[in-house]
Amino acid sequence: MIQNLAFYLFSFILLASAVMVVTNRNPVHAVLFLILGFVNAAVLFLLAGAEFLAFILAIVYVGAVAVLFLFVVMMLDVDFASLHEGFQRYAPVGALVALIMFAELAFIAGTWAIAPAGSADRLFPTPADVSNTVALGQLIYTAYLPLFQLSGVILLVAMIGAIVLTHRDRKRSLHQNISAQHARTPEQTLVMIRSPLGEGVALPQTQKEEETL
Amino acid sequence: MTDFYPLLPALFLGIGGMGLLLAGLAKANATQPVTLSAITLLIAAAFLTVTAPDAVLFGGLLKTSLFTRYADTLIYLGAIAALILSLDYNKREGIARFEYPILVLFAVLGMIVMISAADMMSLYIGFELQSLALYICAALARDSVRSTEAGLKYFVLGALASGLLLYGISLVYGFAGTTNFAALGGVFRQGAGLGTVVGVVFVLIGLAFKISAAPFHMWAPDVYEGAPSSVTALFATAPKTAALALFLSVMAGPFAHLTGQWEMLIQILAVLSMIIGALAAIGQSNIKRLLAYSSVGHMGYALMGLVTGTVAGIQASLIYIAIYVVMSAGAFACVIAMRRNGQAVERISDLAGLAGEHPGFAFAFAVFMWSMAGIPPLGGFFAKLVVFYTAFNAGYDALTIIGIITSVIGAFYYLRVIKVMYFDKGRPQFDKTSAGAGFVMAVGAFAVIVFVAVPGPLMAVAGAAAKALMG
Repeated sequence: MIQNLAFYLFSFILLASAVMVVTNRNPVHAVLFLILGFVNAAVLFLLAGAEFLAFILAIVYVGAVAVLFLFVVMMLDVDFASLHEGFQRYAPVGALVALIMFAELAFIAGTWAIAPAGSADRLFPTPADVSNTVALGQLIYTAYLPLFQLSGVILLVAMIGAIVLTHRDRKRSLHQNISAQHARTPEQTLVMIRSPLGEGVALPQTQKEEETL
Repeated sequence: MTDFYPLLPALFLGIGGMGLLLAGLAKANATQPVTLSAITLLIAAAFLTVTAPDAVLFGGLLKTSLFTRYADTLIYLGAIAALILSLDYNKREGIARFEYPILVLFAVLGMIVMISAADMMSLYIGFELQSLALYICAALARDSVRSTEAGLKYFVLGALASGLLLYGISLVYGFAGTTNFAALGGVFRQGAGLGTVVGVVFVLIGLAFKISAAPFHMWAPDVYEGAPSSVTALFATAPKTAALALFLSVMAGPFAHLTGQWEMLIQILAVLSMIIGALAAIGQSNIKRLLAYSSVGHMGYALMGLVTGTVAGIQASLIYIAIYVVMSAGAFACVIAMRRNGQAVERISDLAGLAGEHPGFAFAFAVFMWSMAGIPPLGGFFAKLVVFYTAFNAGYDALTIIGIITSVIGAFYYLRVIKVMYFDKGRPQFDKTSAGAGFVMAVGAFAVIVFVAVPGPLMAVAGAAAKALMG
């Protein structure tokens, strides 16, 4: 009874905040509602007994993705009003597509049937005596270890990609070259000038000095 | 050790790629040595692959057989050709970055994982690894608007394709309760519900995106045109082979008993690809766009073999893709050699009068165009012949006739390139062809011409590979 009540409560907040994300005119508020939505989805997972997914949702989406969104919204000068401009024009087409997708999903839900031998074929039945975080860990680090490692390679490729596409060598960066400094001699930098009385000081060109630096 | 032998090529590529990454960071101007080392690594991996035995690895996550070895070898060939072409081209274009050969190595690693996949999970991980590395390659010339546009377009549409594939896999898993290919095959022996069929269709669409079969080809011309030519040469060979091999192994593997559900779809894909490949290429004036549409058409012919669902059909597809890789690598070597005053030129009209100035170059280009058009006695003719023959024998008369008509229409634009080179007046004044491009051209042209004399070995290997796949 309490569980049902909690389910409906959190689902309602989830749906309401999702609507607010789309309709809100203030982008910062929209992101905050998005975070609220993520938290409620995490609670729903918790109610369903999938605590690992709940934690991941909270840590990854609320902790990283949503905060990143918030940064983007606040740091970049994006004109959000102009993004909404096409909304009226494209709404009918979008609604049509949504309707078709909904009909398709309804068809699938209508004939929902699990293959008769499905549960017997299940590779890894859910173990009864441990929590699902433990069960997942046991699978990821044993049976699926190679895939786990390959996922690491994918992240490495993403990192290489980010560097390839954005990193530029700065030709004129001001880094310190200690050996060059130590190798300097007074002749390279010191200029002795004997200035005649009453004529001020005329400095000679110091180009040579800059080159050696 | 013997257990891990089939895994060695993958380990080699992965660890070698990371080692080269460190080496490239340690040394300035490392592009040339890193590229050469990557080529050496690929050759070594190819030898290890060819000598590896059949195996089921990691409790059914990966499975190697003659089929995977056949496809892997073609992928290595394509990647090696693309890297050889990149050696000189990337330097002249000012995009010589040592990360490029390393990204190619990781992409190849992803491809061999996805081809060897015997589980939906390893399939998807391999698929993502190769796609991600290729998106970056497409945007390699980051200061060129066209290249970044190509990278972004490829990324967005590729991500959509990945999403569709993943959604399909989740549906299949949801209805069957397993992601293992062998177990899925067992479940589907008893037929499948509507949900499974929807899942299979989504998987099929995701894969069709990757081989750029019509109507999921719209990204191909823009990406081929925008990406640097050395990268386009890679796109047209290795990933195409990988995606087609994956297509074959998924359709003939876990979904083999659902032939009734997917056969019609593959027929539609094949027919549309052939028609679009033939008609859309006619109006192109850019040689890279022309080759992009031509590759769409070629994928249509290669899919015809799969439609039959027989060992002979798979064999025909495998022969087709092998010859396609050689023709394609050679044709792109010719495109890369089209440079004037240090600038790459890409218009077909730039080729006018080529035969007078560079007879060897013009002849090689003509050989690839003739072969792609399917004119006897070149390799491309033979590939088309095998595909049409098996499709006709299996009773797909209409499909065969459409294939023949579209290949006749397609011959027009291939022959137009030859006409421009040999009969139009002009002075191309191309720069001296680089040694790498000349090498790929010469080897490709030789293989395409000589194939008719010794078709036996390829036929036999492709037949055995098809048998290994169908079980």
